[in-house]
Order: sequence, then C-alpha cells, then structure tokens
Amino acid sequence: MSKTQENKAGRAFRTSNRKAFIAFLMAGDPTSDCTVEYILEMERAGADLIEIGIPFSDPTAEGEVIQNANIRALQGGMTTDGVFDIVERVREKARNCSGEKPLVPLALMTYANPVFHYGTERFFARCEELEVAAVLIPDLPYEEKEEMEEAAEVHNVALVSVIAPTSRERIRKIAREAKGFIHVSSPGVAGTRGGRDRELASMVESIREVTDVPCAIDLEISTPQQARHMARVSDGAIVGSAIETIIARDGEQAASSIYRYVRQMKEAVAQA
Amino acid sequence: MSKGRYGIHGGQYVPEILMNELIHLEECYEHYKKDPEFQKELETLLNEYAGRPSLLYYAEKMTRDLGGARIYLKREDLNHTGSHKINNVLGQALLAKKMGKTRLIAETGAGQHGVATATAAALLDMECEIYMGEEDTVRQALNVYRMELLGARVHPVTSGTRTLKDAVNACMREWTNRMEDSLYVLGSVMGPHPFPMMVRDFQSVIGREARGQILEKEGKLPAAVVACVGGGSNSMGMFYNFIGDEEVELIGCEAAGKGIHTAQTAATIATGSPGIFHGMKSYFCQDEYGQIAPVYSISAGLDYPGIGPEHAHLHDIGRARYVPVTDDEAVDAFEYIARTEGIICAVESAHAVAHVRKIAGNYGPDQSIIICLSGRGDKDVAAIARYRGVDLHE
Repeated sequence: MSKTQENKAGRAFRTSNRKAFIAFLMAGDPTSDCTVEYILEMERAGADLIEIGIPFSDPTAEGEVIQNANIRALQGGMTTDGVFDIVERVREKARNCSGEKPLVPLALMTYANPVFHYGTERFFARCEELEVAAVLIPDLPYEEKEEMEEAAEVHNVALVSVIAPTSRERIRKIAREAKGFIHVSSPGVAGTRGGRDRELASMVESIREVTDVPCAIDLEISTPQQARHMARVSDGAIVGSAIETIIARDGEQAASSIYRYVRQMKEAVAQA
Repeated sequence: MSKGRYGIHGGQYVPEILMNELIHLEECYEHYKKDPEFQKELETLLNEYAGRPSLLYYAEKMTRDLGGARIYLKREDLNHTGSHKINNVLGQALLAKKMGKTRLIAETGAGQHGVATATAAALLDMECEIYMGEEDTVRQALNVYRMELLGARVHPVTSGTRTLKDAVNACMREWTNRMEDSLYVLGSVMGPHPFPMMVRDFQSVIGREARGQILEKEGKLPAAVVACVGGGSNSMGMFYNFIGDEEVELIGCEAAGKGIHTAQTAATIATGSPGIFHGMKSYFCQDEYGQIAPVYSISAGLDYPGIGPEHAHLHDIGRARYVPVTDDEAVDAFEYIARTEGIICAVESAHAVAHVRKIAGNYGPDQSIIICLSGRGDKDVAAIARYRGVDLHE
C-alpha cells in the first residue's frame, strides 16, 4: 500500500489490528457545543473514527432519522464554516486534555452542493488545515468523482468511495481506486439474515480481490450483536442513525447515553 | 467527464445505489429509441390516445390587440389530460413496460404530471404512486382527486418546503427502496442522466410539429418561440428543434413570484448560481452555503429551485434567453388570454403569454411568435379567484 493511499483514515483500522467502530453524528444537532462534547465522548468511549455530518437542506440519500437531524442542525443555524469551527474546537480540547496522544481520525460527510458551493478547492484546503482525514459525499458516485478527486488528493484528504448492495460488477472498479476506507452500505434489514450475510460477505470478498483499503459496513439499525457480525465479515462497522436517534431523544443531555452506546458497540466490534 | 453533459452541466450526481439502475435505464432507452416497433407504438398512443398532433392556432385577436408580431399558440393544453406532460409520460411508461416494470412512481407539482402518469398507468395496467408536496395537494386538490380516480395513490410529502422539490426528494428515496419493479417517471428535463435527454426527446414532438406547422402557415420560421420554464420540459421540447435555426430567438419565462428582488421567487437563472442537486449540475436558487432555497411562485408547476441542465447550457452559450415574469403579470395574462381568445390556460403557460404581451410590439407584422401553451387552466381557476379575493364557496 502506498503512502498516499494509507490515509489518516486508514489509521482507524490499523491500530493493533482490531476491527474499527465508526460513529456518525450531525454537526450542530442540537448545538455546536453539544457536538464538540459528543465527539469527545465518542472518542473517550473508544470510537476509532468519527464522521461528522455537515447538514444539507435536501439529504436525498438519507432515511428519516438522519433527515430530521439535518433539519434540526440547519434550524439551529449550522453552516459549513460552523462545522469547521467545531472541528477546530475539538482539536483544541483534545490537545488540552490528552497532551501528546493524537485525536481519533475525523471525517466529514455531506452532499456535493455544500462542497461545490463553498469552493471545492477551498473546502479541501480547510479540511487539510484541520487534519480532516476523509470526506464522504453520497451523491458523488464513481462516475463523478473527478469533480472533487484532484482537490482532495492535493490536500491529502481521502474521498471515500461507497459500495452499495446494487453495485454488483461495479464493486471491483470502485474498490480499485478507493482511498482511505470503503463505505459499504448494507442491504436493508428486510430479508433473511443468512441471505444478507452471504451477500455482504461476497461484496467484501470482491473488494478484497482488488484492494487492501479497509472497508466498513454501514448499519441501518444497530445492536452490538449486529455490529460484531458486520465487523466479522469486514474491517469495521459504521453507525449513524442509532446515535442520531439518541440525540433526537436526549437533545442536549445525550452525552452519557452516547458514551454508553459507543462503548458497548466498540466492545462488541473489538470481539469480532 | 461523465455522461449526459450539456457544456459543464448535467451529469449523474446520485448515490451509488442508483447507478446500475440508471445505466440500465439508459441502455434500454438507447435500444428502444432505435426500435421502429417501439416508436410506432408510441406514435400510435400519441396520435390515437393523446390527440396529437396538437394545433398551432393563429391568435388573431391577440395579434391585433398587441399590434406587432403574428401570434401563434401551440395548443398543448388540448392534449389528453390537459398538458404537454402526457408526451413524456407515454414514452416513459411504454419504456417501463418494455423493461418489465409493473409500477410507476412520479413526483408532481401542479398535479399535471401526476395526472398524466396516473393516466398512463391506468391505460397500461400498471401500479402508480404519486408524491406531491403537501402544500401543493391543497393548492391543487382537484388534481389529487383526479389521480385517485385514475387508480393512483397520492402521498402528500410533509418534509422541507412541502412543494415540488420535496416531492422529487421523496420520489428519489422511494425509487432507491424499490427499483426492481418500479420506474421513476421523472416529469421534467432534469435529474441525473439519462432523464434530461430522454424527457427532452419525448417532449421534442412539440417543437418538431410546431416547426412544420409554422412553415406551412407562414412559409418561414418564427422570429421567436416562447415558453414557460420550471424544470423546463415544455420549453425544452419546444426549443429543441429550433436550436439549429440561429435566426429564431428562444425565450424561456421563469416564475419570478413576487419579484426577483424579493425572497419569494423561483427564477433560477435570474437569481440562482451554479450548483449540484437532484442528480445534476445546473443553476439553483441557494444560499451562501449551498443550501437549496425555499422558492415561491403562484404556479405550483414552476415552483422549483432549479432548471434542467440543457437550459443552463443554452443560457451559458447565449442561445436561449431567460426572463422573469411575476405572479401579477402571469395572473393578468391568464385573464387576458381568457377574455381575448376564449382560452383558459394554465397559470404556468400564462407566464409565457405575459412576456409576449410585453414584446410583441417590438416585431413587425411580417414576423411571427409561437407561444407554447403548455396546459389548460381549469386546475388554476380556484387559485386565481383566491388571488383576486373572490370567494367561490367551494
């Protein structure tokens, strides 16, 4: 694996050969202060990589839980610059608390338009300054990644590739050019577990044939058992909606629930 | 650069989960486009069922009243289901059937596209689900019931601004969940490739007919063709066969709502900026951080924060011109054409009529202008009455 491919995001998967637990939360839901606090809780609880959402007015690829998180964050006045401020504050606080220990890798997740409108070059330059390891843009498929690939590369940020249950013969093509880590979206919870597991295992197998870039599976609904299972067939588990469900319920008082949830998930994944 | 580009615009900015389906759709479309049997079937449906070709009507009284160019109306309002939407829907529904799909899903703003889709589904024995912004289900209650009569299920969309943009979001999500048996019958020349191309092709029958008809009646090409633009399907259909005719001005009329200097507008070219949304690169109404703006127009069909990528390109290269028309001007034109020509047209189409009222005098009597009368206005009567403060006791 070349140095450029081994992005900071990959570090999340390399630490002592454990499986990684990736936690997602929406910036500014419900406030910036909360997001800073929740990110630090997630790190303390053992998350290996934290994905921070930049809210978008029309999150067409999202289920209801994350859609609502986008709306709450925008209603609270969150902006792209506001998210960069959050990242900066997290870095400062982490430095003050833990001294030399590097902060867990951070990734940003948002739609193509907020990045494009901010100025693609400017956006990735800012990511580099703040040591953002990776950026995931769900509406930028393989065919369109040229739009942002160069800026991401110049600034040492991995543009994360997504592989979906419908990708089939596209899997190898996508995986071959993947950077950082691969985000595998899981087939819906419908259907038999056996069938789904076989499907996931064969997706991961196709990825493995062409790349060493780690891949993690995104879970719609998530219990520790499911997470352990996902981590067993891949390199890690990604959880978003479960954490946003906690935030939707507990608002500004979600810190301890988030900590407990991430801890539990991390332990489950580590046993995989 | 990916496929489906119009200059820098267009493309396929969609989640990975949709890519294979879009590629499959494009392959099927390319196949059937060249299949004489498919084309014959479609032509029969358009002619025998939808009532094509539509008339090119010489509006003599308007011409006399405005004192300038000879005004022609391309009467898409006379099509079955009352608008140009049926042209595209019959094409896509027939394609869906050939692809083995059993279910059509669609977004709708004013309800015209939803009604057309529900109609095609009834005719071709397919299931039909329509997504419509909740606000539009109120503005266009009659069309909701019409779709239900045709056997469709109408889902009011309560997210976001509860209008057309949110209906598109909901429909895209639904398609993502159920691609195997469903085709998303996109209603305009927008979205990811191949939709802008496919919808334009199906709608280009408007301009193809109009070009032949005007040559027959006037012996020469028109000075200008004018059409309203939301996503831009009737205008793209009207413009397409005239693009090569450099001497023909192409004018698209955007919904300015309460004015382009207010926040209550949907005029994308006048007030928007480049962006990436709903699967395409184009112009969009958006804020300084690229959040899509809540737009406004009296016309539910033009109440959309973007414009099709081919229009964006025609704007960039200066081949077409886009002008804003306010609610007030559109409502005046709605009443004007009713009194002058005895035609109650859609409030969307009234935007084009309004602009022609302004410019007709700039042309000579030896020149002609074609207005695309994209739909009929029965659906708008109640809204216009409300606008004028008339209580209809509905």
